[in-house]
Amino acid sequence: MSTLASTTSSAEAVQFWLLGGIAVAGALGTVLLRRAVHAALCLAGTMIILAIFYLANGAYFLGVVQIVVYTGAVMMLFLFVLMLVGVSAADSLKETLKGQRLMAAICALGLGILLVAGIGQAALGTFTGIERANEAQGGNVPSIAERLFTEYVVAFEVTGVLLTIAAVGATMLTHRERTEMAKSQRQQAEERTRSDHLPPLPAPGVYALHNAVDRPGLLPDGTPSELTVSPTLRARNQIREVSPEKLNQVAALEQRTADYHGQPRYGQRSQGVAGGTDQGRAGAEQDSPTEDQVRVEPGHKPGDGESDHGQSSGEEAR
Amino acid sequence: MDPVNYLYLAALLFTIGAFGVLIRRNAIVVFMCIELMLNAANLTLVAFSRMHGNLDGQIMAFFVMVVAAAEVVVGLAIIVMLYRSRHSASVDDASLMKL
Repeated sequence: MSTLASTTSSAEAVQFWLLGGIAVAGALGTVLLRRAVHAALCLAGTMIILAIFYLANGAYFLGVVQIVVYTGAVMMLFLFVLMLVGVSAADSLKETLKGQRLMAAICALGLGILLVAGIGQAALGTFTGIERANEAQGGNVPSIAERLFTEYVVAFEVTGVLLTIAAVGATMLTHRERTEMAKSQRQQAEERTRSDHLPPLPAPGVYALHNAVDRPGLLPDGTPSELTVSPTLRARNQIREVSPEKLNQVAALEQRTADYHGQPRYGQRSQGVAGGTDQGRAGAEQDSPTEDQVRVEPGHKPGDGESDHGQSSGEEAR
Repeated sequence: MDPVNYLYLAALLFTIGAFGVLIRRNAIVVFMCIELMLNAANLTLVAFSRMHGNLDGQIMAFFVMVVAAAEVVVGLAIIVMLYRSRHSASVDDASLMKL
């Protein structure tokens, strides 16, 4: 690659047609894919291919800068902002302006025809090749540096100022002024002592079926407690419901476990009859709590009565 | 292969980028399409630089890259700020000055 011929080789032609197609596909993906993350990744691919084209055109410095600055810094910055804004956000396909897409397509087609016709019409002169200019100072980078720091030194300085201003501007734009004093640790402790709730808040989901942070924990009577979910999720309304069916399933599961071990549970089935355990096992295999209850209930009438009796006697004793 | 093909490819990429700017609503994707157009212009500059055996085109492309980097920083900061105040990155939602 050190000595480029003044006309392009057939290898370069193969590279151009192969990678050019991928570059156009990436560009189309950027424009047409609904999710912004996919669009960003397509654009990154197109930029890498453009970097290869720069290298093929003898612009070694620019090829490397393209990869480092564009795909390395700019596209990653895009991805960071996408994460900040919400990765899952997909564009809606609804047209807010009537016929806008058609008009845009016509405009783009017109622009493309204009550009291609312009290039086709232009007298581009002879093909010189970059290698002599590259070798003037012993390589692409020294040659660019020689130009940059003599002829273009003012522009170079001005871009330095521009970058500084951009950095300061971005910091100022995204900085948020704190409008109230931050609370000290002592203030926080005092506030907490004065509030109703002194101990740490209960953990989410530990009494429910799942232990995810967005599942409310269950109180002893089985109702979900919103206090167990983080206030952020509460404010966003992102608490996952613990459905009554699930609660019933939990209750049925506990029932079956108790049956299996022959323990009394909730006073409903006090004595495990010989057939009772079998029925309990059959219910566990079928995994349908309602059916289980329906089938078990008639067999355990005496048990229910007994437990009722036991409760009432307990109340009497009290 | 005629090196003019690079110019045709750049024209095609530029057109696709312009089309994306016109049809997309997500401000970040619109911004990405602008980047695509800038890259297409860079490819043109580099190809011309080779055709004429002159490094000025490459230096121009280098300056375009620097300016694009600065532009991305400020533009994304503006998008983040918009998102903070409107909870949306859609260009349709920034319609405060619409009658």
